[in-house]
Amino acid sequence: MMSDQQITGGSAKNDGIPAGLWMRCPECGDMLFKKVVEENLHVCPSCQHHFRIGARLRVKQLLDEGTFEELFADIEPIDPLGFVDKKSYADRLKAEQLKSGEKDALVCGKGFVKGRPLAIGVMDPNFMMGSMGSVVGEKLTRTIELAAEEKLPLLIVSCSGGARMQESTLSLMQMAKTSAALGRLDEAGCLFISLLADPTTGGVTASFAMLGDFILAEPKALIGFAGPRTIWNTIKQELPEGFQRAEFLQEKGFVDFIVPRKDLRLEIARLIDYCVK
Amino acid sequence: MSTTTLEKSSSAPRPVLKHTLSFEQPLAKLEQQILELEAMQAQKQIDYTSELRQLRSNYTALLKKTYENLSPWETVQVARHPQRPQFRDYVELMCREFRELHGDRRFADDKAIVCGLARLGVHKIMLIGHHKGRDTKEKIACNFGCAHPEGYRKALRCMKLAEKFGLPVVTLVDTAGAYPGLGSEERGVAEAIAVNMMEMSRLRTPIVSVITGEGGSGGAIGIAVADRVAMMEYAWYSVISPEGCSGILWKGSDNAADAAAALKLTSKDLKQKGIIDQIVPEPLGGAHRDPHTAAHHLEQYLSKTLKDLKRCKIDNLLERRYEKFREQGVYASKTSRMTKVG
Ligand SMILES: [Zn+2]
Repeated sequence: MMSDQQITGGSAKNDGIPAGLWMRCPECGDMLFKKVVEENLHVCPSCQHHFRIGARLRVKQLLDEGTFEELFADIEPIDPLGFVDKKSYADRLKAEQLKSGEKDALVCGKGFVKGRPLAIGVMDPNFMMGSMGSVVGEKLTRTIELAAEEKLPLLIVSCSGGARMQESTLSLMQMAKTSAALGRLDEAGCLFISLLADPTTGGVTASFAMLGDFILAEPKALIGFAGPRTIWNTIKQELPEGFQRAEFLQEKGFVDFIVPRKDLRLEIARLIDYCVK
Repeated sequence: MSTTTLEKSSSAPRPVLKHTLSFEQPLAKLEQQILELEAMQAQKQIDYTSELRQLRSNYTALLKKTYENLSPWETVQVARHPQRPQFRDYVELMCREFRELHGDRRFADDKAIVCGLARLGVHKIMLIGHHKGRDTKEKIACNFGCAHPEGYRKALRCMKLAEKFGLPVVTLVDTAGAYPGLGSEERGVAEAIAVNMMEMSRLRTPIVSVITGEGGSGGAIGIAVADRVAMMEYAWYSVISPEGCSGILWKGSDNAADAAAALKLTSKDLKQKGIIDQIVPEPLGGAHRDPHTAAHHLEQYLSKTLKDLKRCKIDNLLERRYEKFREQGVYASKTSRMTKVG
C-alpha cells in the first residue's frame, strides 16, 4: 500500500526551500528570490511549478486570515507494534516531530474560505512523507464526523506517500475507517471536496482521496496507486508521457478539474455556493 | 463435493508434495525415507512395520514442531505455497453449487476476482474471492490473483445484487496486492478500492471475509470490509508485502524476513491486536497438506458465522460494522472521540 514515493525519513529537498535568500526551481532550474516565491504561494513565477508545502502553510493559504480553529491537536502517535527497521519507529517519530514541529502528518479543524464555513484536514508532506497511520486516520475520521454532525462542507487536502508501513495493518484499517466515515458524510448530504496535491499515492489515493464529491488537483501533481518504479518493474516498458500526473488523471476521468494554487480559494468557494444551502 | 465426502484429518505423510519450502526440507527427507521403506517392504516382502511406525511418529512430531514454531516469514511462505488451496478449490470442496457471474458491465471480466451465487450448507450466498490460478495458463489469465479495477467493480456489482436480493456476502481474500500496471492505473484501481470500502461499510446485507492466503494491502481490504473478518491460520495480512517493506525501509529485498516479523502480519498477531475476529485452524502442516480438512474448517466457520449474522437486525449490524472499523487505530489522546449524534 506504500507507494515507492514514500520516503522513510525527513528530506529537506522535498519542500524545495533550502536555507538562504535564493532557491533553485527543480523544474526549470531558475534561481529564484525566496521571498518572491513565498509571495507567489510557493509557485515558481517562471514555470508555475507548485512546490510542496507543509500543512500549516497550506491552511494559511486557503483559509480567511485568523479563522482557523485547530481541532483534535492532542492526538499523538505511539509505536503500537514496536516496529524496528534500520531505526525504531519510536525514534523516527521523535526525529520527525523535531524536524517538522508537528506531532503527525495531519492538521485539521474548522475555518472559513471567503466567508464560507468548512471543516478542513490537511496532510503534511514534511512529516514522514504525509503517510497515514492511526493518528492521521483518527483525526481525519473525527473531522469527517464533525462535518456530518455540524452539516459543514469538508475539504481534505491530500499530500502523501500512502499508508504508513510502521503501523502495518493498523494503517490499512485507516483506509476502511475513513472511507466508512465518508459514506456517512455522504448520507448526511454533506459536500466533500478532495484536493490532491503532489504527491497523492498508495493507500491515501485508494481511500478518502478518491471519494470526493468533487476531486480537484494541483497542476502536475503526481497521483496514483502504485509507484512508477513498481509499475515499471511489473510491465518493463516505458511509461507514457505525463503518466500519473494530474492532467493524465483528468484525461482518464478521475479528476474533475485542475486548479492552480492561486485559484483554489475561488474554486472552493464556488463549489460550496453550488452545493450548500 | 459436499462436506460428507471430506476425508478425515490425518498427519500421515501424503504423497510427496511437488513443492518443498526450504524450511520443510527435513520433513521432505523423512517423507522420502518412509516412501522408500514402504516400497521396499512391498517389493521384498520384508516386514518393516515397527520401523515405519517409528518413522511416521518422528514425522508427525517434526511436522508439529515445525508448524508450531513457524517464523512470520515462514508463515508468508506457507501462505504462498503453490499447492495451497485457492478460491476455486474451496468452491469445489465447500459449495454444493456455484453459478459464476462474469464481468463488471463496464470494461471486462477480471479473472483475478471470481464472483458467483453459491450454496454453502443451508445458506444461499454471494461468494467472491481472489483466484491466483492453478497452472501456468490459468495463472497468467488471473494475473496471479492481482486484480485490476474491473475485478473490484465486478465484486461491488455482485455485492449490490446480493444486497438487493437479501443474500449474505462471503469474500475470500488471497492476493499479493492489486495489479500495479498501466491499465490498472488508467482505469482507476485506487478509486475502485476506495469505493468498495465505502460501499461495503454500508451494504445492507451481512458480510463475512476470510483472508485465506495472502492479504496484500489495498488489494485485500478492497473486498474485506465486513461484519466478521477471519484469517486462515497461516495466512498473512499487512499494509505491504515483506519484500516491498524491505525494499523501502532496508533499501533492498534481503530483509524480507525482518520485515515480515516487524509487520506483525500473522493471524496470531492480528487476532491479538483485535484486527481480526477469529483464526480458522488449518490441518497439521498447513492447508496445502490437506485441502479437504482446510475447506471443512473454513466451511464450519462460515456456516456458523452466517447463521449468527442472519439473526441480527440489519441496522444493528451496520452500526456494529461501522464501529468495528471506527475503533481501529492506536494513538495517544487526552480527549475521547465525539459521541454519536442522536
Ligand atoms: Zn520553475
